[in-house]
Amino acid sequence: MTKAASDTQSTPARRSFLETLEIDTRLLGMIGAFIVICLAFQIWTGIRALPEITYNPFAWLANGRYLLPQNVFNITIQMVSVAIMATGMVFIIVTRHIDLSVGALLALCSALMGLLQVWIMPTALGLGIGNPAIAPMTMVAGLALGALVGAFNGWLVGYQRIPAFIVTLGGLLIWRNVGWYMTSGKTLGPLDQTFLLFGGAEGTLGTTLSWVVGFIAAALAVFGLFQARKTKAGHGFAVKPLWAEGVLAGVSVVAILGFIAALNAYQIPAAKLKRMFDARGEVMPDGYSEGFGLPISVLILLLVAVVMTIVARRTRFGRYVFATGGNPDAAELSGINTRLLTVKVFSLMGFLCALSAIVAQARLQNHTNDIGTLDELRVIAAAVIGGTALAGGVGTIHGAILGALIMQSLQSGMAMVGVDSPFQNIIVGLVLVLAVWIDIQYRKRKGIR
Amino acid sequence: MSTENRGTPLVELRDISIAFGGIKAVDHVSIDLYPGEVVGLLGHNGAGKSTLIKCLSGAYQADAGEIWISGDKVEIRNPRDARAHNIETIYQTLALADNLDAASNLFLGRELVTPFGMVDDGRMEAETRKIMGRLNPNFRKFKEPVSALSGGQRQSVAIARAVYFNAKILIMDEPTAALGPHETQMVAELIQELKRQGLGIFLIEHDIHAVMELCDRAVVMKNGQRVGTVNVKDVTDDDILGMIIMGKKPPQAY
Repeated sequence: MTKAASDTQSTPARRSFLETLEIDTRLLGMIGAFIVICLAFQIWTGIRALPEITYNPFAWLANGRYLLPQNVFNITIQMVSVAIMATGMVFIIVTRHIDLSVGALLALCSALMGLLQVWIMPTALGLGIGNPAIAPMTMVAGLALGALVGAFNGWLVGYQRIPAFIVTLGGLLIWRNVGWYMTSGKTLGPLDQTFLLFGGAEGTLGTTLSWVVGFIAAALAVFGLFQARKTKAGHGFAVKPLWAEGVLAGVSVVAILGFIAALNAYQIPAAKLKRMFDARGEVMPDGYSEGFGLPISVLILLLVAVVMTIVARRTRFGRYVFATGGNPDAAELSGINTRLLTVKVFSLMGFLCALSAIVAQARLQNHTNDIGTLDELRVIAAAVIGGTALAGGVGTIHGAILGALIMQSLQSGMAMVGVDSPFQNIIVGLVLVLAVWIDIQYRKRKGIR
Repeated sequence: MSTENRGTPLVELRDISIAFGGIKAVDHVSIDLYPGEVVGLLGHNGAGKSTLIKCLSGAYQADAGEIWISGDKVEIRNPRDARAHNIETIYQTLALADNLDAASNLFLGRELVTPFGMVDDGRMEAETRKIMGRLNPNFRKFKEPVSALSGGQRQSVAIARAVYFNAKILIMDEPTAALGPHETQMVAELIQELKRQGLGIFLIEHDIHAVMELCDRAVVMKNGQRVGTVNVKDVTDDDILGMIIMGKKPPQAY
């Protein structure tokens, strides 16, 4: 039957370096694109920073302002909100749906949480401003609302068979304005002090704790790689050569620790440090300096990424999400309750919208009506740039996060070098279309669908 | 093979009816199946054979009629119920999730899990390798999504899924429709093997020669009704063709 095909399979042909590493070439392409973007802006800003024209590329790179710790830090905290939602959007799109209401749902959850912490809990319930119970209770309420509204969307799609496009297009108009009505359109602030820690710059782990987290993450990455190898070998499957595992482990460790080093290198401004010491009733010693380290919001994103990846790859729920996306009829015939699955997927999306609302609101330091405006488009774009196929069945969590990172890097870089606003949007739009076109060409050549 | 004195039938569909928007797709049809027997279901497109059998596999629910399995009346509301009664189905469309690999498809809905409740891909792949080694020793593409497989390879994944879970009743909806001669032969051998193991098999088939070769009995349907049932060795293929085309019941039929 497939004699020819199986013969070529069984003869161990010489494999290229990348094949031996067993890295997804698509992922590699995205990382490559990201590096190109970073270097381009670094050079661009470098050429501008130099007093006279030189033709030394190393001088350009050395004088660039794009890869300064401050900018790395800012890009990271700016992307968190969109990236968290993009991980949920992967599941939505993989099951052949779409969610246009994520920005509106974020605004609704933000409105509720703003009301709770600024007015309802301190004043109406009489807990008083600064009560430590306010932040956790606010967050639980916000997350519950997100999950509930998401589940309602999912019920309309799964059980009532209304197309997700319509349900969430309606939601786009409804939820933001429900929030507007609840707050009477007022901007809500100042927010609870504990709540503000989740925004980014206001809440970081500091250098020492950041290194601890970095080393734990690096150790887990290496452990995970070798654990997977052990499991494979235990079943008698082929494993890659030890040096290949070593290269992967090395790259992971360097990337994790390099990222932590960059965040730690960004020094907290002296004025802010002084305020922090004053708040504790201490005097700041002369010449004292401290790095920001890993923001709590970024730590949350990393946890979301790990949990969502495990859910996607290692749980039955994740398996069913992908099976349903690949062939809904087959999933149904295999005994999967695809309607309930739709409710769960949308509910998870709603929960992540609420989580993003916490981060976005805390970063902006108050709730405004226009919070998360157009986020639905950024989130969908991030997922799609990250390789999620709108036809369903295909997508990865790390891809979506990388997609969000690429978009944020582009936008931040263009703002930095002073690209006019209209061109900024034009370029992001072009990148979206280009990314999908490249993906289609790539799949065609590889013969995947 | 005689149908007398063979004890309790494995499956009895009694007086099944199902209608879609006023059209009677299946109209008061009764059929049965004994262990170690292959019963062919024949008829034109739209005769109602697939619809009838989908009532047994749980894809549809009959409007009227009863399903008896090994002498007990059962309710089959969905594919999960059918699987619980050891009924496995190989659909004409194969019902594979193209984006997943062979092991994920084989265990879809019945994943093996680790003690922590995580899907155990390693063990599932090992089990898949074992059963594929028996069914289709040339099969190598365990890592690729099934969309990358040939028609015959996909078919063998669908068959492996049906036989892996100790099916007692197997439903095959045109299992050889998309296959070349070599693969068709493979399926024929498999059917003989499963028959020896005591499974009961419903075979929906258009190819009259395959029916003559593989089936013990044949049920012919036309316009949602059962024309008749024959013992295959008592009739000629012309008799069966007559039943299919003209609804003419030969004297041997009952």
